[in-house]
Formats: sequence, C-alpha cells, structure tokens
Amino acid sequence: MSKHEIRSPLPGTFYRSPAPDVPPFKTDGDAVSSSDAIGLIEVMKTFQEIQAGVAGGSIRFLVDNEEPVMAGQVIAEVEQ
Amino acid sequence: MKLRSVLVANRGEIAVRIIRAAKALGIRTVQVYSAADADMLAVKLADEAIEIGPPAPKKSYLNIEAVIAAAKRADVDAVHPGYGFLSENGDFADAVVAAGLIFIGPSGDAIRLLGDKVAARAVAEKAGVPTVPGSDGRISSLTEALAVTERTGFPVMIKAAAGGGGRGIRIVNDPAELETQFPQASAEALASFGDGGLYLEKVITRARHVEVQILGDGTDVVHCYERECSLQRRRQKVWEEAPSFLLPSDVRKKLCDSAVALARSVGYRGAGTVEYLYDDETREFYFIEVNTRIQVEHPVTEMITGIDLVEEMFRIAAGAPLSVRQADIAVKGHAIECRINAEDPRRGFMPAPGKIERLDVPEGEGIRFDTMLYEGYVIPPFYDSLLGKLIVWGEDRSACLARLSQALAELKIEGVPTTIPLHRALAADAQIATGAFHTRFLETWLETEFAADGGRAAEVA
Repeated sequence: MSKHEIRSPLPGTFYRSPAPDVPPFKTDGDAVSSSDAIGLIEVMKTFQEIQAGVAGGSIRFLVDNEEPVMAGQVIAEVEQ
Repeated sequence: MKLRSVLVANRGEIAVRIIRAAKALGIRTVQVYSAADADMLAVKLADEAIEIGPPAPKKSYLNIEAVIAAAKRADVDAVHPGYGFLSENGDFADAVVAAGLIFIGPSGDAIRLLGDKVAARAVAEKAGVPTVPGSDGRISSLTEALAVTERTGFPVMIKAAAGGGGRGIRIVNDPAELETQFPQASAEALASFGDGGLYLEKVITRARHVEVQILGDGTDVVHCYERECSLQRRRQKVWEEAPSFLLPSDVRKKLCDSAVALARSVGYRGAGTVEYLYDDETREFYFIEVNTRIQVEHPVTEMITGIDLVEEMFRIAAGAPLSVRQADIAVKGHAIECRINAEDPRRGFMPAPGKIERLDVPEGEGIRFDTMLYEGYVIPPFYDSLLGKLIVWGEDRSACLARLSQALAELKIEGVPTTIPLHRALAADAQIATGAFHTRFLETWLETEFAADGGRAAEVA
C-alpha cells in the first residue's frame, strides 16, 4: 500500500468544511475519488477548493480546520 | 486635553497612515500585530509594538479582549481603529471607553444606530435626505416583500439589515425569484451577521456611487465635498476620484448639505462618510449608508481640500472643536486614487501573496503613495490584498489623468502580480477620460475592453 500526499498549492488558511456549521468535506478514514473536494484554502479573503487529485481507500488529515498552511505543506495523506 | 499616545488597532497601509499622522502631532504610537505581521511596516515605524494573537483575524485584530489588554498594557490614552476589523463595532467602542480610554470615532451608540441599515435609513428620512424607494424598515415575510415590489417594481435588492460593504445583497428580477431568494437571504444574513433581518430597495440602474466626507465635533458638522467611486468590481471600489466632476453645482450643494443635515441630526463626532447613489439622467440622489470611520479612499479628499482627515480625527477625539469652518473648505483641482492590490487582473483577479523583490515609487508634485510595502517584505496570505494606493492630483481632471498615467508608468512592484496593469489601461481609456461611467461600467469593461488584450495596449504606451 502506498501513501499519496495532498499538498496545499498556496499559502493561506485551511478549512475542512464548505461553510461554518456544516459537516466537513471528508473525515479521517473516508474513501476519496480524484475530483472530490477535501477542503478550502482562504488566500487574501478568496477561497480556493482543494481536490484530492488522487483516488484512494482512506484519507487522513494532517492539518486542523482553520489552521494556517504554507505553500507545499502536506494537508492530508491518502492510502492507495 | 491632550492626547499623548495612541494604540493603532489595525494593520497594513492604514496603520502606517495613522502612525504618520500621530507622529506629525507628537503622539506616541503603539502598534498591535498578529503573529503573521511581526515584519509589517507599521510595526517598524511605531514607537512600540505588541503581539495580540495568531494570524486568523478573529483571534487577533477582531479580538476585542486582546486589543483592550494591549491598550492597557501600553498605557495609551486612545485607540484608533482604522477601517475594517473593529472600526464599526459599537461594542468595541464601548469597551475602549469602559477601559478608561478614548475611542477615535463616534460613540458606540452612534455606530450601532448608523450601522443598522434600516435604522440609518430612518435617520436619513427624518433629516430630509432622499432614500432609495423600498420597504419602510425591516420586512418579516415574503407576503410583505411582494407588497413592497408592487410599489417599487423590479429589479429590487434584498439587503441584510446588518450587512454593509457590499455584503449581504441579492438582486431579484421578478416575483418568482423573490420567492426563492427571500428565505435563502434571511438564512444567509442570520449565518453571516447573526441577524436575519432583511429590507428591500429598488435597483437604480446606471447610477453613480457618490459619497460625502463629513467631520463632526459633536456640536458642529462640516463637509469636505464629495468623492466619485463608481468604478467597482464585485461591489469593491477599484478607483476613486474627487470631486465627482460631472455633478451639477446645484446638485453638489444639495448633496453635501444633506450629508451635513444627517450628521448634525445625530450629533456626529469624528470623520464619517455618507454614501449615495446618483442618477445622471434624473439628477436625483438617494442615501445608501453611513460609514462611521475613516475610509480607504480618504486621500483624494485630502488632496483637493488640503485637510488632513486623520490628524483632524485625533484633534476631535482630544475634545477640540473642528479646526475648519465650512466657509474655509474649498475644492482645488482634481484627484484620483488607484487601489493597488496583490491580484492578477489577467487571471480573474486571483490574489497572490509573496515577497516584494523590487519597489520603485513615483515621486513629484501632486503624487502620493500610501503603502505598507518595502523591498523584501513578505505579504502574508491571511488578510486583504490591498498593497497601497497611488493618489495623484492635477489642476483639473485631464491634467490629473495625464500625471496619473506617468506615475503609473513609474510605479514598479515586482515579486507578486498587481493590479497596476488594470489601472494603466483605465488611465488610457477614452470612456474613463469622458467620465461616462456608472457602478456597473467596470465589470462590463473588463470583459469587453480589458480581456481583449489584457491591458497590453496600455503597457506598450
């Protein structure tokens, strides 16, 4: 089994949900397909959707909701 | 009394602007900053700086307890809130006063009264200021909303009573759209502003956005004439001018007098702006809202009147009467401000934080650049994309535009994409030169004129 890392393309703030008070896009252990949204990055008050970019049996998040991230930082890992 | 020290409860270019004004008046400056802002220019310029929390605004610049604690620790006399963040939060103004300090702005009660769009509209009507046809205050049901549209017609805007700054607004074109959008708008307003209250306003098509700068000392109120801010993208101002040069002089007088009447009716204290929509064809103006703070575009007013609005805010807060009488305030020449944002106008205005590799600032008569930048500065991603404002003055509007084109050619910012190419194209545009624009002009122009060559024509020139 290999692990695929999902990296943030931009610096900003990471959000696990599409809006406050709604469930997260994905929770640890969920299966993902390549086009699934896994979070949002807020950069200078605009929001960019982050997609898994890879299909896998189980996702594990390494960054909490509303945490700052650097460009290139690993947000989550997907087991393939 | 004399203000000896001030806490600057903001960041970016406006924090720099406030520090410069304070220094000119001999006031000691204390700058607050988040963990992401330790290197910002205002921190370097201030006499003292205090970290107040993590990068997220709600944990730092919007954290009332943290800001008040810093003010107490620094033992300042006053707090200047700038614009955005806590500047129009009545509870913050109250907390500053409760801590025994001076809030540089109106009272918490005045902020709450004028910040509630429905209450402000009632204040305007009472002061004899024309308002946009719409609901008389909040509407509680769809039936009530539909009844209002029988009077106003369509399209109408559904607005959140607690909204502002272009947020919490939906436009609907017929009764069916109103039926769908009304409940959604209410839920959204509740989620965004903690208040689901809505009201309706008729959409004035092809309107200009014109606003009047006011100064009040609690007794007397003066105006510093108007600004023209019609060039907007997604309801955010992009380019501002003063005066609104096509405004007939009799309309200008009525408009400015109405802003003074409104401010006087509430005993306004501080700097403020009364915003209007103006219809060129009918020559009618309509009140939209009051902003109870200094605005981003205040420098264009300073350039044509010679009044330093931020210094005036300090004097008013110290209890001094207004330093100018209405008869002393005159308009000289024309001024334009370009907002320089870290956004790529050729890629859908995608924002891009990053490091400033090079900064060349134009200098000369009638040229001013208010900025947070210096070479080597790394712009953090956590806040808005405004990097600075290029403000240019000329004897008249065409002289101003010519000087602006020259200044924009000399302004160089490398390291991040900026909106400078957009402004170069606007400064060279024939329709901008005639002044034939309205609040929906820019978005169309971006699709038809700018997208065609990405502003390259102006780049070569």
